[in-house]
Amino acid sequence: MKTAALAGAALLLSTFAASAWEPTKSVEIVVPFGPGGASDQMARTMQAIIQKHGLSKESFIVVNKPAATGGEAMMDIKKSKGDPHKLITTSSTIYMTPLATKIPVSWQDFTPVGMVAQDEFGLWVAKDSPLKNVDDLKAAAKAANPPIKVGGGGSKREDELISFGVFTELGAPISYIPYKSGGEASTQLAGNHILVETNNPSEDVANWRAGLTRPLCVLSPKRIAYTAKVTADMSWNDVPTCGEQGLKFTYNMLRGLFMPGGVTPEQQAYYVDLIQKIVATPEWQEYLERNALLSDVRVGKDYVDFLNADEAKHKDLMAKAGFLPTN
Amino acid sequence: MENFGYLLDGFQVALTLHNVLFMLLGVLLGIVVGVLPGLGGPNGVAILLPLTFSMDPTSAIILLTSIYWGALFGGAITAVLFNIPGEPWSVATTFDGYPMAQQGRAGEALTAAFTASFVGAIAGVVLITFLAPLVAKFALRFGPAEFFAVFFLTFCSFIGMGKENKAKIIVSLALGFILAGVGIDTISGDMRMTFGVTELMSGIDFLVVVIGMFGISEILMTLEEGMSFKGKKAKIDLMVVLRTWAELPRYFVTFVRSCIAGIWLGISPGGAVAASFMGYGLAKRFSSRGERFGTGEMEGVVAPETAAHAAGTTALLPMLALGIPGSATAAVLLGGLMIWGLQPGPLLFVEQKEFVWGLIASMYLGNIVGLVVVLSTVPLFAAIMRIPFALIAPVILMMCAIGAYTVANASFDIWLMLVFGVVGYVFKKLDYPLAPMVLALVLGDRAEDAFRQALIGSAGDLSVFWDNGLVTSLMAISLALLLWGPIADGLSLLRTRRPAAAE
Repeated sequence: MKTAALAGAALLLSTFAASAWEPTKSVEIVVPFGPGGASDQMARTMQAIIQKHGLSKESFIVVNKPAATGGEAMMDIKKSKGDPHKLITTSSTIYMTPLATKIPVSWQDFTPVGMVAQDEFGLWVAKDSPLKNVDDLKAAAKAANPPIKVGGGGSKREDELISFGVFTELGAPISYIPYKSGGEASTQLAGNHILVETNNPSEDVANWRAGLTRPLCVLSPKRIAYTAKVTADMSWNDVPTCGEQGLKFTYNMLRGLFMPGGVTPEQQAYYVDLIQKIVATPEWQEYLERNALLSDVRVGKDYVDFLNADEAKHKDLMAKAGFLPTN
Repeated sequence: MENFGYLLDGFQVALTLHNVLFMLLGVLLGIVVGVLPGLGGPNGVAILLPLTFSMDPTSAIILLTSIYWGALFGGAITAVLFNIPGEPWSVATTFDGYPMAQQGRAGEALTAAFTASFVGAIAGVVLITFLAPLVAKFALRFGPAEFFAVFFLTFCSFIGMGKENKAKIIVSLALGFILAGVGIDTISGDMRMTFGVTELMSGIDFLVVVIGMFGISEILMTLEEGMSFKGKKAKIDLMVVLRTWAELPRYFVTFVRSCIAGIWLGISPGGAVAASFMGYGLAKRFSSRGERFGTGEMEGVVAPETAAHAAGTTALLPMLALGIPGSATAAVLLGGLMIWGLQPGPLLFVEQKEFVWGLIASMYLGNIVGLVVVLSTVPLFAAIMRIPFALIAPVILMMCAIGAYTVANASFDIWLMLVFGVVGYVFKKLDYPLAPMVLALVLGDRAEDAFRQALIGSAGDLSVFWDNGLVTSLMAISLALLLWGPIADGLSLLRTRRPAAAE
């Protein structure tokens, strides 16, 4: 009954929205990364939901533009000014790529649609590692010579930024080893080639469940909400935050959508409405839980305020870590 | 034996009518995307992924892996006919496949390539069937130093076996390394050799270079030689398949050697590209017909194809068992698994038996279906060689352009492809080998990353490369293969001289 009522309401809403503006041809969701990654999965999940629930008369197509660490995709959206049939998925690379590479583009050039979730990050160790908490890690890192090996996906990206933040606070030197992806870092951890790594839950959950790696703590201010058992005896909610163990540094990463600049408010409103319908579906909830994402939907001014604050935080951290180009 | 029982259950799942139809559909679509260079497996699978959301996961993965098999088979078609490798691992196939086509033996070359792919793939599947859990654990032992050793082994085996002018090999290799360094460096995150050009930031894609150096330069060469494909009078019928099959058992040793090399590189995640080059290099050195490689020798088609497909198939194992994608296509499949609600990783074999064994059974069947389909198309594709060059050249050029564009949806790549077309032409005119450059371009940045990751970890201590038995033996075999060529040549020189001196 309840779902029928919801569906009815959604139908009413969409007829209402139809009188305002709706797409007149297929819509491209530009993913600034290659197929198979986290952003790609999000875009394809949205595509599947739109298709399954008939949320739009026009089809949505996912286009991967991985060139230049997402820089090319961002330039593409910048050039598509006024085109209401394009969307781009975002993560923190939306500030980090322009800051690190000086590509002349900024999210300020785009029209914000909304944030749909935040990604969690954690510190991970191998299953049989003697490290049990942040204090153990601090002691091990301080005692090690040569410095302990910390792995992550990419160089001067979020994983290295997190490693920098954590170990600066712990006051210990590290050797950060960048891998091509978080998945690769997780496998290297399972094979004991590194001591600790920073990863999204989704990048490490397979090895955790298989008893190869385990989370030391999560870097979010609050514990992850999901209480369903992931391994035989633990749920995401059972993993302590690093804050509980005395670490002040926290990190989350936004997942959201933008459209090109210069579109009309009606066109923007259509997509704001659309993502709110998407996040209300059970498939979306499944997607969030599967990847242990933090449900956090922000639109309008709320989203813009978040972006401003988050960009300032990244800029500050990148400057301290020396990741900004000097020339 | 327990596995065998599961496999029979798997066959029951895979052999239902709708799953067989999905296989057939997948293979056909795969051949189409495989023939277009650049479109390739990952894009084909990604495009069809949304269609599978409402399907049951087993049927969905059967459809998608069948596209993968089809694309693997299809990659060889353009390699043989037009000297354009449809997929990275088809590069070595062009060395002898294309000369064969030029001599009017396109049918034989295609049949040999398809059959070799099939044999390699089946060897890989058999391994997955019986050794999956064991092998998955072995892959965990590969840290940066071991990875570097595997790439080093590939370089050494290919170069040590090469018979070209050594100085020219080194020049070609060095150019490949320089090109591999363009773009964002994984280790430092800094730009290298991009000269402020945004399009160069993600580096020079291997496929763009290959399409230019092999495809475009070949068009230039043919234009210069007077606009004709030499093989156009070839007699083409289905009998060519049987005639070729009758010849293939002669290369039994090459099949076995390439299967072993391929499986080994598939497990120790070196990948299909490395395997194809190594398979070719080994056959060139150890086969009695090795001297004639590069001039249209069927064994030179068999060796890389078998190795590439043995590796490509075994490379699905890390994806299923560890959740690490061994290739771009595997990465897309991995995304698919998660959308269907399956968690790849070591537990997949325990929790989703029906799915895993259905998939493994479909690997056997998909390859059989694929072989039948591609073999029946041999006369069709070989007939393309009869079309006058003036008509086919624009089509090839367009295919090349589409292929280069599709790699990253970037029009800059089309210009880059044309530039490399000219580079390839110059290389051929000056008699520089293209293969070492291509090899360095594909594996160069991965080898560099692994080397530097290993040294960051050891704080600069080189001893990390002989730290344990695994890495030491890999390095030792590499050096042996590198030096084998010169030493064997030296010995045979001595042997021929001594009788001369005795006279």
